Amino acid sequence: MDIFLRAYSYALGRGGELADALGRHMLLVAIALGVGLLVCVPLGMLTARSRLASFTIINAVNGLRVIPSIAILFLAIPYFGLSLTSAAIALTVLAMPPILINTDAAFRKIDPAVREAAFGMGMSAGQVLRQIEIPLALPVVLAGVRTASTEVIASATLAAFIGAGGLGIYITRGFALYDTAILLVGAIPVALLALAAELGVGAVQRVVQPPTH
Amino acid sequence: MAAIRFVNVSRTFPGAERPAVDNCSLEVADGTFVVLLGPSGCGKTTLLKMVNRLYEPTSGQIELDGVDIRSLPTTTLRRQIGYVIQQVGLFPHMTVAQNIAVVPQLVGWTRERIAARVDELLTLVELPPAEYCARYPAQLSGGQQQRVGLARALAAEPKLMLMDEPFGAIDAITRTALQDEMIRIQRKLRKTILFVTHDVEEALRLADKIVIMQRGRIVQYDTPFHILTRPANQFISTLVGADDMVRQLSLLPVTAAMAALPAGYRRNGEPTVGKDDDLRQALSLLLRSGAPALIVLDGEAAVGTLTLENIRSKTSA
Repeated sequence: MDIFLRAYSYALGRGGELADALGRHMLLVAIALGVGLLVCVPLGMLTARSRLASFTIINAVNGLRVIPSIAILFLAIPYFGLSLTSAAIALTVLAMPPILINTDAAFRKIDPAVREAAFGMGMSAGQVLRQIEIPLALPVVLAGVRTASTEVIASATLAAFIGAGGLGIYITRGFALYDTAILLVGAIPVALLALAAELGVGAVQRVVQPPTH
Repeated sequence: MAAIRFVNVSRTFPGAERPAVDNCSLEVADGTFVVLLGPSGCGKTTLLKMVNRLYEPTSGQIELDGVDIRSLPTTTLRRQIGYVIQQVGLFPHMTVAQNIAVVPQLVGWTRERIAARVDELLTLVELPPAEYCARYPAQLSGGQQQRVGLARALAAEPKLMLMDEPFGAIDAITRTALQDEMIRIQRKLRKTILFVTHDVEEALRLADKIVIMQRGRIVQYDTPFHILTRPANQFISTLVGADDMVRQLSLLPVTAAMAALPAGYRRNGEPTVGKDDDLRQALSLLLRSGAPALIVLDGEAAVGTLTLENIRSKTSA
């Protein structure tokens, strides 16, 4: 218990710094998820239309997945320096695969009969997309967002390694000073954020999921 | 004027050796139930889907009430045509009521009119609205889903219905029930219906006229009874089982064969059939009861008598 109390008093003493770190952490997560969504949702909708495109892009992105985030972080440094940009790039690369793969799968698995019925009833392509395809794909896309957000929230701690801030500063600091209490000041909020994202997106996912039985 | 007119319509799919639909001309009169019948790959579904332009003809023209269907935007055309498919294709994220409301919404009906229409249609297909409006498709049986599919296709009061093997994926007992529904609904609504099936019994039960297709061509277009009694070729004869006399009898009402009652006739406990029953039902009653003759009833009144000899005289084979 002692260690938690020490972490608590350390955090209290640095309320301003903690708030900044949290803000920076959230900013990194928002950039990575935002860019990931903007790129991968439209891309996934396109790849879902072609088996070949789907195969190529999904495998390429899965290839990216095997490169550790920290390696991407260091690869970005020569171009973007020890900066927020480098950290954001590494995190965006991390966020992309689950969003892309789920979007592709979500649109691919829409029953062709549903699409045929929609067109056959006289919906325009835009109406089919907005009223049928997007609502049907949404739960699966959100499952990808859920995976991406927990991964990104946890991995955003790496930003501190290149001086880009975020809650990771307490982890690097705690490691450097050999003080687990300081480490917890970073680790606990990160765990809580990840949990909140998991539960929050999960709740939205359940709301948009049509009954299956 | 014919409700639908096909003029020399052909459709060749890219890379195919022969046309899927080969120079078909056909006129469908207003308010008739026309069944497109044939083996798989005969072109019946392709012919159907050219009417709502899911496929475009390679050559030829299709007219709806005298208007070339290409003169309308596809969305406008399709909203005037009810469309029912084998896989049903209900929208899984919408309730039953929302599914039925789709086309009325597309054509801009008011909320009140749509709600009233949904109730009316669910009642028509025998799904009590109070119980089914708020259900989702996954919460219905296959037969119930297709009832909703039918209601959805009827929603915006289309004059024309296209039905592509609508009961093909449904178990035999439910299918018969749905066919009965279809007959009842059609008696009430008198839509022009194009209905694709490969099930001969279904075609004979439902159709006013049957189009028989073989390798992309129309080989016969006639009433079910004439198809059975005067098949145009051996293929059709085999396809519909034209030598099956019992099947022929099922297409004739008892009134077609009955004889007048003898003068001064008094009912004497003979077995009876209704005047709307068919000769197959009459025959099985004769065989089962062992009676020499049946009495044909119109309501409570006896209007004729029917013997095995009367029935035999109607069989052509």
